[in-house]
Amino acid sequence: MAESGAEVRIGVDIGGTFTDIVLERGPERITAKVLTTPDAPEEGVRQGLAQAMVSCGAVPHEVALVIHGTTLATNAMIERKGARTALITTEGFRDSIEMGTESRFEQYDIDMEKPVPLVPRQWRSPIPERLNASGDPILPLDEAAVEATAARLAADGIESAAIGLLHSYVNPAHERRVRDILREALPDLAITLSSEVAPEMREYERFSTACANAYVQPVMARYLRNLEDGLREAGFTCPLFVMLSGGGVADIGTAIRFPIRLVESGPVGGAVFASHVARQCGLDRVLSFDMGGTTAKICLIDDAQPQTTRAFEVARAHRFLKGSGLPLRIPVIEMVEIGAGGGSIAVVDRLGRIAVGPESAGAQPGPACYGQGGTEPTVTDADLAMGRIDPAEFSGGRIVLDGQAASDALSSAIGTPLSLEPQMAALGVSEMVGENMAGAARVHAIEIGATLGERTMIAFGGAAPLHAARLAEKLDMDRILIPSAAAVGSAVGFLRAPVAYEVVRSAYQVVSAFNPELTNRVLEEMRDEAAAIVARGEPGAPTREHRSAYMRYLGQGHEVVVPLPNRTWAREDTAIIREAFETAYEALYGRIIPNLDLEIVSWSVGVSAVPEAVAFIDPSPEAAAPPERGVRPVLDPGSGRVVEATLYRRADFTPGARVDGPALIVETDTTTVVSTAFAASVDALGAIVLERRPPQGEDA
Amino acid sequence: MNGNTHSGLAQIQAQIMWSRLISVVEEQAQTLLRTAFSTTVREAGDLSAGVFDTKGRMLAQAVTGTPGHVNSMAIAVQHFLARYPNEAMREGDVYITNDPWLTCGHLHDLTVVTPVFREGRIIGSFACTAHVVDIGGRGFGPDARSVFEEGLYIPIMPLVREGRINEDLLEMVRWNVREPLQLEGDVHSLIACNRAGADRLLAMMDEFGLTDLDALGEEIIERSRAATLAAIAELPKGTYRNTLTMDGYDEPITLAAAMTISGEGIHVDFTGTSPASNHGINVVLNYTTAYTSFGLKCIVAKDIPNNAGSLAPLTVSAPEGSILNVPRPWPVAARHVIGHMLPDLVFGCLHQAIPERVPAEGAASLWIVQLRGGATAIDSEARRNAAFDPPEFEVALFNSGGAGARPTKDGLSATAFPSGVRTIPAEATETVAPIVIWRKELAEDTGGAGLLRGGLGQVMEIGGADGAPFSVLAQFERIHNPARGRGGGLDGAAGSVALDDGAKLRGKGQQTIPPGQRLKLVLPGGAGYGDPRDRAAEDVAADVRNDLVSPEAARRDYAVAVSAGGTLDEAATAALRGAGAE
Repeated sequence: MAESGAEVRIGVDIGGTFTDIVLERGPERITAKVLTTPDAPEEGVRQGLAQAMVSCGAVPHEVALVIHGTTLATNAMIERKGARTALITTEGFRDSIEMGTESRFEQYDIDMEKPVPLVPRQWRSPIPERLNASGDPILPLDEAAVEATAARLAADGIESAAIGLLHSYVNPAHERRVRDILREALPDLAITLSSEVAPEMREYERFSTACANAYVQPVMARYLRNLEDGLREAGFTCPLFVMLSGGGVADIGTAIRFPIRLVESGPVGGAVFASHVARQCGLDRVLSFDMGGTTAKICLIDDAQPQTTRAFEVARAHRFLKGSGLPLRIPVIEMVEIGAGGGSIAVVDRLGRIAVGPESAGAQPGPACYGQGGTEPTVTDADLAMGRIDPAEFSGGRIVLDGQAASDALSSAIGTPLSLEPQMAALGVSEMVGENMAGAARVHAIEIGATLGERTMIAFGGAAPLHAARLAEKLDMDRILIPSAAAVGSAVGFLRAPVAYEVVRSAYQVVSAFNPELTNRVLEEMRDEAAAIVARGEPGAPTREHRSAYMRYLGQGHEVVVPLPNRTWAREDTAIIREAFETAYEALYGRIIPNLDLEIVSWSVGVSAVPEAVAFIDPSPEAAAPPERGVRPVLDPGSGRVVEATLYRRADFTPGARVDGPALIVETDTTTVVSTAFAASVDALGAIVLERRPPQGEDA
Repeated sequence: MNGNTHSGLAQIQAQIMWSRLISVVEEQAQTLLRTAFSTTVREAGDLSAGVFDTKGRMLAQAVTGTPGHVNSMAIAVQHFLARYPNEAMREGDVYITNDPWLTCGHLHDLTVVTPVFREGRIIGSFACTAHVVDIGGRGFGPDARSVFEEGLYIPIMPLVREGRINEDLLEMVRWNVREPLQLEGDVHSLIACNRAGADRLLAMMDEFGLTDLDALGEEIIERSRAATLAAIAELPKGTYRNTLTMDGYDEPITLAAAMTISGEGIHVDFTGTSPASNHGINVVLNYTTAYTSFGLKCIVAKDIPNNAGSLAPLTVSAPEGSILNVPRPWPVAARHVIGHMLPDLVFGCLHQAIPERVPAEGAASLWIVQLRGGATAIDSEARRNAAFDPPEFEVALFNSGGAGARPTKDGLSATAFPSGVRTIPAEATETVAPIVIWRKELAEDTGGAGLLRGGLGQVMEIGGADGAPFSVLAQFERIHNPARGRGGGLDGAAGSVALDDGAKLRGKGQQTIPPGQRLKLVLPGGAGYGDPRDRAAEDVAADVRNDLVSPEAARRDYAVAVSAGGTLDEAATAALRGAGAE
């Protein structure tokens, strides 16, 4: 039986196709992958858990923790499989969630469609009532109208209701009263208050968030309760936690109340995983690069903290176009996602240019080289044609790739129209997808006021090791780290996430008329709310608290996140606030504007359990190079020439061993391309580290 | 490797560099968007950014930006070069102007050009344009009688000379505008965004070993020109005419267009258009060209990137002295009111050539609701009747009516077209101005009926806080001339401006909202496309269920019988529609 003492922790990631399970006991790690069971996802989890438990010989009561992430909430919104949902809103604002920003996300496309609201107009019920911007009632709540609405909700078979009233972020009294009346009349109705789920100014985003929460709540509550019951029945006694999109984990009760905070919980695991690697390796400036079959995700990580934001979009009409989705105001790790993966399809556009993605061949039919009927060339076909992938070694030999099919697809779609040989067509495809990713990373950096060159790239996901070196060349980055267990990075990430919760609330003020009493009261309420949730997850754990303000110059549009000390504010403290703002502003924009007043739009308070200390890894002493396993000609995109790459196996490397590019390091799930510009070594944790070599001569 | 492979590599590299240039100008635009102060830039996205070769030809323009600058910024660079040729420019120079006739049509648009040097030699330049929130003078509105009243005029001149900022110019600017700190911040943003573009371009040239942009520029321009011409060649050649009547400021305005599709491209001539107006709604030719090109590109070549090559085949002429080509010193500040109508005008021509690809008319002109409070802003009667001193404020709200129905889709409701301007949340507005927006929602029955329904306009009700009086500076269109339907589709509803007691207000000019009363605006709807009797009865019933169409309008316009609850009466509908067919 299992050795006692070592704690067993389990991470579960339910994706669209696969459910990944990672089980850790001390240094031991076991992974399992089962098919997701969409009708009852808890069933797939149960199977996967059983599989993993058997293979490590653990029993349920030894398990100390199960952490769970899922895209179910997102899928329910994309597939429109949520509850019959109503919106109760201020009379005169029935269409806020439909009119949105009144703008188009595609300037030249007269055929574009705007995102369809989750609540159709016939189920949006206006109620006479009104607060002004200070939260004072200027029209009393018409309670009879609420009662009449309750009757209509029942008649329409509504399962869940969002309540979104104007200025409720300042004063939630009317929203709460509406809730009480509805609850009295309809005890089974699920209810979401906009003043609870996203208490921030701007009605479109707040109402949209409330509607989304209401829309997924019955589905998610049912699922999470079933999952919890199932675990209990199977003998698990440990707490079940869920991964939140902001990067922390929380208990089931919180997840059932605010399921919308789970939207990005799968992909977020990857960023948390990269943050943990960054902490272990002492890297304070990191770009995480996650490239899979259909998309690439890029996240910037400073001081082992991923960038976060409060603005997020789900269910985009055009998956990669900003503004085409439903806005959510929740804390979320900020990632750019673009349609660039191994399965992305390449075409020639009407200007004779190679264009790659966002269309993807997916798993079926997959790239042409899979031999499953795909005829369109993909990024994987290009990788194969360039010699980066060994057709026999791909996915540990489970699929033998068809090089001829890849060549044929590249020729007919790209080579022939542009008079290019298949290899050159492949190079064009690979370069274009690299350019797309590099461009997205650069624009993202500008949007958030960051720089890229000095960062270390942490690359994971099946396709990332093939493209990381070239992407680093394009972004002028000198160092890449490819951790082991990269394929299940998200689920591993769950196990590294702290119990944490963040509350954001508007309390608009102009700094020259700073109101310390109001501020202190709001901040204390926020801290209590967050601390209570963290305490439910990890009772008695030491916690730390982060406070920041979203500030801007008076009249400016974009707010800057300004970290502020935890203190009780007094009127004369505005100098501290101004100084903190100017420091943050100058770091972003390189200058400040003296004499301009400041405004605070909202506050954020995050409480997290103090994470376990991580042991820094020491540099390994130099070790003998691994055995060469042959050479293969590979087309080098930098020079456009074929170079002889030395073949190595990842398993042959001992920490400290170092080889120069051009080389290919092969493992079961992927291949790391070491371009001529880089040298590769393996560190004490088994990560491959690529470092730029001093410039080589023309003979390379 | 053989020569074929080598040229293949060169071809791929050219594509990569083109793609990189587009990314470079996007970074340039994002830098401006993020650092600018004026709401017009940040919130409304009223900006543009691009890279140019040494001949002043635009090689790439950022996707982020406004149609109003589509090629007006591009033409501007030619004017800069005419004044300061390559030989006269030095490393570290930056140039500026806001000349409406040389750039984008009003003084509020500042254009900044930065030449880029590599190893001491000029290799091209970056330009950017931003709409600043104030440039002095009368402010942003149609009230001036000449451009001299509209604000500070900056001729083409150095803003930075060899790295040293032109302090004299900045000092002049500071003393001539209402928000000097904001404006100075914007000017620095414009400098910084060109700098960001230049740095990225030079890094790219290092990476690819380029010494100049000549060959790359030639390739981009030629390919784009060829692709645009190929797209135009698919259209039936000929000349197509259309006219459109606008409300105008104090008298109706006729816009007339003759669009000629030929082997050389598309030319639009505006002969027959009304003469210049006494009010600042006049348009300079650059801006006329911008919105005309934008309208053409939407239909004919939407996926071809903007550059000198793709824009060259699209040409425009208008008689000097007409409202679409006014000479100096006619007033021009609110030229968007007319400019926003040009795509609809052009669509009317295109529809004759390619009927299946062009939407019906829409609300078109953005409704900018400019409100002003305070004792001096209202008339004397309101002042006498006010229970307290009305607070001073100035605020502008951006709102859109409905867009026209598309050949295969309903029109977008309450959505800006051609402008890309975003609305401001009511909660945000009420936080900064003492007003209450009582209503802002879709207006039933405003979408023009059709097989495809026009987008709905919206209704807004605005009152002063605690019933304070205030005034509206109206500049609203399509009150007397609603959007016109196509192919049997009905017109969209006209807009209206009134008090909440029903008393009508004028569509243009400053007017007082008396104490305790509200301003009620109905923004126009988009027109329908195709015969409304061909719209599926169930779709009409769904519109009734959602209160987008009333049961009365369903019966009258669509010949569909629906109960108030949205239940379709199939027998009655068959009778109605059958009767209509006889």
